[in-house]
Amino acid sequence: MSYKRPAFRHPDAAINEIGFHQKDYEGALSTLCAGCGHDSISAAIIQACFELSIPPHRIAKISGIGCSSKTPTYFLANSHGFNSVHGRMPSVATGAVMANKDLTYIGVSGDGDTASIGMGQFAHVVRRNLNMVYIVMNNGCYGLTKGQDSATADVGSSGKAGVPTMFSSIDLAGLALELGAGFVARSFSGDKNQLIPLIKAGISHDGFALIDVLSPCVTFNNTKSSTKSYTYVRDHMESTSIADFVPVKKEITASVQPGESKTIEMHDGSKISLSSIAEGWDPKDRLSAINAIHKASLEGEVLTGLLYIDAAQPPVHKLLNTVDAPLNSLQERDLVPSQEALEEINMGFR
Amino acid sequence: MKPTDLKDPEYFHKVVDCQYACPAHTPVPEYIRMIALERYDDAYMINWESNVFPGVLGRTCDRPCEPACRRGRVEEEPVAICRLKRVAADMKGNVRDRIPQGPFPANGKKVALIGGGPASLTVARDLAPLGYEIHLFDEQKAGGGFMRSQIPAFRLPEQVLDEEVNYILDMGVHKHFNTYVSSMKEILAQDYDAVFVGTGAPRGKDLPKLPGRWDAKERVHIGIDWLASVAFEHTEKIGKKVIVVGGGNTAMDCCRTARRLGGTDVKVVVRSPFEEMKASPWEISDAQHEDIPILSCHNPKAFVTENGVLKGMMFQKVEAVYDDNGKRRLVPTDEPEVFIEADDVLLAIGQDNAFPWIEKDLGIEFGEWDMPVVDKVTFQSTLPKVFFGGDAAFGPENVITAVAHGHQAAVSIELFCQQSDVHQRPAPITNLYSQKMGIHEWSYDNGVVSDLRYQVPHANKEITLTNRKLEVELGFDMPTGYKEAMRCLNCDVQTVFQENRCIECDACVDVCPTSCITFTTNGEEDDLRQRLTMPANNPDQDLYVSDVLPTARVMVKDEDVCLHCGLCAERCPTSAWDMQKFLYNVSKASHVCPTEAV
Ligand SMILES: Cc1cc2nc3c(=O)[nH]c(=O)nc-3n(C[C@H](O)[C@H](O)[C@H](O)COP(=O)(O)OP(=O)(O)OC[C@H]3O[C@@H](n4cnc5c(N)ncnc54)[C@H](O)[C@@H]3O)c2cc1C
Ligand SMILES: Cc1ncc(C[n+]2csc(CCOP(=O)(O)OP(=O)(O)O)c2C)c(N)n1
Ligand code: SF4
Ligand code: SF4
Ligand code: SF4
Ligand SMILES: [Mg+2]
Repeated sequence: MSYKRPAFRHPDAAINEIGFHQKDYEGALSTLCAGCGHDSISAAIIQACFELSIPPHRIAKISGIGCSSKTPTYFLANSHGFNSVHGRMPSVATGAVMANKDLTYIGVSGDGDTASIGMGQFAHVVRRNLNMVYIVMNNGCYGLTKGQDSATADVGSSGKAGVPTMFSSIDLAGLALELGAGFVARSFSGDKNQLIPLIKAGISHDGFALIDVLSPCVTFNNTKSSTKSYTYVRDHMESTSIADFVPVKKEITASVQPGESKTIEMHDGSKISLSSIAEGWDPKDRLSAINAIHKASLEGEVLTGLLYIDAAQPPVHKLLNTVDAPLNSLQERDLVPSQEALEEINMGFR
Repeated sequence: MKPTDLKDPEYFHKVVDCQYACPAHTPVPEYIRMIALERYDDAYMINWESNVFPGVLGRTCDRPCEPACRRGRVEEEPVAICRLKRVAADMKGNVRDRIPQGPFPANGKKVALIGGGPASLTVARDLAPLGYEIHLFDEQKAGGGFMRSQIPAFRLPEQVLDEEVNYILDMGVHKHFNTYVSSMKEILAQDYDAVFVGTGAPRGKDLPKLPGRWDAKERVHIGIDWLASVAFEHTEKIGKKVIVVGGGNTAMDCCRTARRLGGTDVKVVVRSPFEEMKASPWEISDAQHEDIPILSCHNPKAFVTENGVLKGMMFQKVEAVYDDNGKRRLVPTDEPEVFIEADDVLLAIGQDNAFPWIEKDLGIEFGEWDMPVVDKVTFQSTLPKVFFGGDAAFGPENVITAVAHGHQAAVSIELFCQQSDVHQRPAPITNLYSQKMGIHEWSYDNGVVSDLRYQVPHANKEITLTNRKLEVELGFDMPTGYKEAMRCLNCDVQTVFQENRCIECDACVDVCPTSCITFTTNGEEDDLRQRLTMPANNPDQDLYVSDVLPTARVMVKDEDVCLHCGLCAERCPTSAWDMQKFLYNVSKASHVCPTEAV
């Protein structure tokens, strides 16, 4: 078995604005099962970070436990990383975001890691609007522990074990909307054209961004009777719109697609341009997003694409009114007031 | 685009860049793997089957395979294919018993081979085991042709040549050495069933009209005649100051030989700019390493003599001017003419064919530049029983081309003698089989090493310059040979795609280090090439296109920079990709099916 990827890349491989090759954003060769959807998501993260020209050392990737949570080893080898405890990625991310608000945070989790053991943690990180992209690699099962049903498995769906799921499923995107998230999207590991712009937009969003990515587990949940298989998702995918991410410096040149189109300006000046917008859906209207999700699910379809965005929602550091400098850079002299300042404060109490 | 037709043996053959570029289509990666396994005898025999002279070619081949090598497209330099061939020859044990040994049951046919160079010897090699009675004629005293008379011993030791020539002569070939054939008519009057002309391009070009050419003619030599006379030990010395005129490989052999025969101040003077010299880069650098300056853009004007004694030559400086079509003209500059002193001048400005011994009324047609009219595939002349090959067929080339011609001429002769159509050629022998040994296990080394090309060590020039028979290149030792062999990308291990297995999970696309694979909608080739993950901008390399997949897309693989690393096949959950070894053996005379005896 190959444990190393060859060093050679395509001789015409481009470099990005800061002089890096895509290779500089890669990680170790994956040890996941061949054909696992998670590997495609890793590839999408690599490409998104490369194209956004983020210096690799300014990114931190944080994960919990699961096949999905293993993936940070397989991308961004030159970035910071923390592979934490099952379901505890949000706490570790919270600590990191509090300490250094200047890094780009990519949280990676699974449906088990998030919707079961980590559910409480997930809810709070959404509420607090932590500045991070939270990617759930959602395969409807606990892949790492041999494919037990997870809380996102649909009623009646069955994986390799052949026993249909009895309990109703949790829709993480719907839940995030309910909890007040400012950026909610859903995608499919097998559709990079959709996934990559969403990851870029999620990274650029100032605040919490959830991307729930359907990601088939080829080994335990890619059966004919599963609603998280490659074939099922492909056949039942519907999208809110075609999203294109437009970086700050670029003009929007993409040819206008038929149907209605919209452009959403992000906090940093970049834009999301949406075309072929579905009827009755407005990206800035939380209720319309909730409606669209429910409607699709009643029709047995899987709604993907950007579901909701509020680019102006204040992120955690704004809510807490912290200083501009990252907290981990504050020195004793920044934190301990001078004798005079102390005098002044004390005077105030006299 | 139409789905790629894998039944066409040429599709995968072309992917094996080196083998495809080799005129004799030597299965290069296969013998390189044998070297890595220390199976030197096998490596040698694979070569011997294809190119007949592995020891010779491992030292002297023009190596058209190397510029074609895929490694040169993904890294800086190609695999040292040629010098690995030498490793096989140097390290092998006794292979005599693996070489066909006579006496062979006679088939009653008799063939004359005129000229004893690599082309004729290859015909002999292929036909002797089939029972032909073979008569080989050469004016020299031993076989080998230009390999013996021209290629200097410091590049090709005599014992290496003797060994490989003798493998063939010992098959029971009737040798007629020291025999110049002066009349084709006489040959045809004898009872040969077929005649093969492998007489090379034996006439060196001269500058007969240059002023002073005939005033000191004993010190002005035709390069190839002079080299032959050195090889056969008629010439042992040369003056101290030598000018070699010309910029091809013959010039390089002349100057380096002159250095060994007493020339202390040897210069190569060439008309063209340095970058456009015809000699192989490695031959140029070997000459420069022996302190031989190369003066480019110097056009010969006159020989300068005093009282019948050669003093030197005058040259006019020129510069290259290119017209809109890139065609070059050498235009004199207004710099003064240059005088260069010389005791001897060697003219190495090209060779011509010469067939004074072929009477013009025999039905053997001659065309442009007095060259015989020869079929490019069958090597048959306009007189059906006469075949041409090697330099005699289409002008000077090299040993490996002569060998390739010889194989094909032998096929034709076998067909001709069976009264079959010489155009109905046997198909190449091919085989395609999986290299899978386990889930992620392959029977070839699929890891890709990053090592840069290893340099072949040279003997100390203080010593080699004293003796023209001391070999300069020492060849790789075993460990270096192994490391160089590991640089081979195994291009014959093909990526084979089976669309009915693919679930379009993208795993292969994601893992491929060189971004070869794309799933997209089909289109015309030009359009498709631009829509791939990495645009396929090398039109010499094919696209592998599948049939339509369930999502209405097709799989497109650009063969250009595939590393044959097998990662796509390792990451594919359904084995839609498999790594399969493709063997391709060019058709040989022994592949012609015998016709029923009447
Ligand atoms: C100086 C020099 C260096 C070279 N170095 C290389 C090299 O490093 N690598 C490489 O690949 N190629 C090299 N070549 C080219 C290579 O030698 C030839 O392309 C090759 O040998 C051609 O083979 P052939 O079988 O066609 O004929 P040749 O090898 O030319 O043999 C023809 C033989 O026929 C004989 N002959 C001709 N007419 C008659 C006749 N009428 N009767 C009897 N005998 C006759 C000749 O004496 C000669 O021995 C070199 C050539 C020269 C001149
Ligand atoms: C505290 C704790 N409880 C249980 C486990 C066992 N465990 C490991 S991974 C996993 C589920 C992972 O599922 P998911 O997050 O969906 O990841 P996947 O493997 O499907 O990508 C469980 C229950 C554990 N490692 N730690
Ligand atoms: S078990 Fe499932 S989720 Fe885990 S690596 Fe294998 S395919 Fe992927
Ligand atoms: S063998 Fe497969 S993975 Fe490796 S370079 Fe070729 S196409 Fe890419
Ligand atoms: S890895 Fe295999 S199944 Fe997946 S897309 Fe490639 S060929 Fe198809
Ligand atoms: Mg899971």
